[in-house]
Amino acid sequence: MRSSTFFLCAAAVAAAVFGLSRLIEYEYFFFAGYVVLQYIVLATGWNILGGYTGYVNFGSAAFFAIGAYASVAIHKTFPLPIPVLIVIGGLISGLVGLGMGYLTLRLRGAFFAIATLALAVVVQTLVTNWDFVGGSRGAYILRPASAPLVGSYIEYLFLVMLVLATIAVSTARAIERSRLGYGFATIRDDELAAEASGVPTLRLKLIATTLSGAFMGMAGAPLPYYVTYLDPASGFSLTYAVNSIAMPLVGGTTTWIGPLVGAVLLGTIQQIATVTISSAVNLLIVGLILIAFVIVAPNGLVGLVEGWLRKRVM
Amino acid sequence: MDFPYELMINAVVAGLLLGGFYAAVTIGVSISFGILDIVNIAHPAFIILGSYIAYIINARLGVDPILASIVMLPAFYLLGAAIYQVYHVSFEKRGQEALRSLAFFFGLLFVTEVTLILVFGVDYRYVEASYIGPTLHFGFVDLPLRMLVPCVMSILLLLALQYLLSRTFIGRAINAVAQDQLALQLMAADPVRIKRIAFGVSIATTALAGALLIVIQPVEPSVGRDYIGRVFAICVLGGLGSLPGTMIAAILLGIVESLTSTFYGPSWAPAVAFGFLLLTLAFRPAGLLGR
Repeated sequence: MRSSTFFLCAAAVAAAVFGLSRLIEYEYFFFAGYVVLQYIVLATGWNILGGYTGYVNFGSAAFFAIGAYASVAIHKTFPLPIPVLIVIGGLISGLVGLGMGYLTLRLRGAFFAIATLALAVVVQTLVTNWDFVGGSRGAYILRPASAPLVGSYIEYLFLVMLVLATIAVSTARAIERSRLGYGFATIRDDELAAEASGVPTLRLKLIATTLSGAFMGMAGAPLPYYVTYLDPASGFSLTYAVNSIAMPLVGGTTTWIGPLVGAVLLGTIQQIATVTISSAVNLLIVGLILIAFVIVAPNGLVGLVEGWLRKRVM
Repeated sequence: MDFPYELMINAVVAGLLLGGFYAAVTIGVSISFGILDIVNIAHPAFIILGSYIAYIINARLGVDPILASIVMLPAFYLLGAAIYQVYHVSFEKRGQEALRSLAFFFGLLFVTEVTLILVFGVDYRYVEASYIGPTLHFGFVDLPLRMLVPCVMSILLLLALQYLLSRTFIGRAINAVAQDQLALQLMAADPVRIKRIAFGVSIATTALAGALLIVIQPVEPSVGRDYIGRVFAICVLGGLGSLPGTMIAAILLGIVESLTSTFYGPSWAPAVAFGFLLLTLAFRPAGLLGR
């Protein structure tokens, strides 16, 4: 299937999801659905770097929070519509990703992973000390009374995130089947051999870090309007970092469908567990699932299904 | 306004003591990451675990936290050996260390932190000991015993490990495994066993480092995260696997952090480690005393 056709199909699916959701009466569905969609964008963004090139980014929370805090800062100076905020948040965290990659990607992969881990701490330090966006006290965001297109604000946020998720998944799939995607795969399989055969590895890695950072920032940009109160501890929560790694790894990292499946599955489990058990226990569950999957099913659910199909054919 | 020399000298002394303590925190990573090439980002989580165990023993039995941690060393050694075994079977043997083993250690970090939160909550915990509180005075220089005792213990730990790694048979075997695993196998030594011992030692140091941490400051489960940046910044700056390099880098970071929090405020201190890390990676990836 061509990428443009795929995008149309994905858009049709998204439209169907939104159409069906309009039939649901109670609002909680949109609150929960928004979070799951946000994780689809976050996991897909992470996977462009982590899954396609094999470079692990532990700083997802930082990129996510950069998007969110960019929105807070803009909201305080000159309120703009959310789609514009998403573009701006994406640009800023994409640039941070580029800078980060430029400084560390010439070294072994482990250094990049460690540097991203430290990045999260530093960006959090910067935001905590930045009084304009609330510092450690946090910032309140007043939502506009009514939303464009659809009546209630939460439905509007849901729709925005749905569109973003469609774009993210389609982009990931398009990358996977392009020259760029094959370049990424050579880096994942054997970077030295790729470099020796003339693949511009550093440039490709920088493209991947920028794209990945941008999508994670975009996922965070509408967050202040969703939570209406944002403080550094919740914006930089380790939950985002763990989820954005666990979801692609549970789903499968080499294809676009992996993060999608992982995000829907883990996101839904967490939404249910938060309501029925407690939010601390559901984080424990995610951590244990992550450890179990990397040990037992290294290629995720997609890998398990593929292995099962192959056995049946033979 | 005169330049506050007294304040600055005190900040430098405090930084020296802090740096000495940072060496104890980092030494385990110097062994696991520097020598064995295992990127154990869960190291700080084990340090916090060590802090909580020292806290429990201190609160229940009234035993000195540092003494308690020394008693716990074998238990942490076994924990480390067990984790290495899982790591070896699941990742090293299959030859897919990079992505999945990083995720594995990240999962361990997260699970340890969440479990501690579930059991103890997010309150700060502290220990009681005779040396927490009094301060030695030399002229205008203050030496709080709360900082001095961990620093001395840390130096003793480093000396002991330096002796272990350079003078004993097993220590030389650990260095050999880092240099050429195949050659070691040809000499009928089992590299997996040696690595297991080394990783066990690396985790054992977290028992002591954790006790020192809770002597210096009250601890809650997420404190460990602040140490991830510090630990790896020191390890990389020191030159991977070099113990003297680790000591020098730790003291350097301690002093710069102490000066930063004295003159700009403590909320900026965590950013110092990251600056160190990025500058080292960008300009001298081999570190100060690199291999």
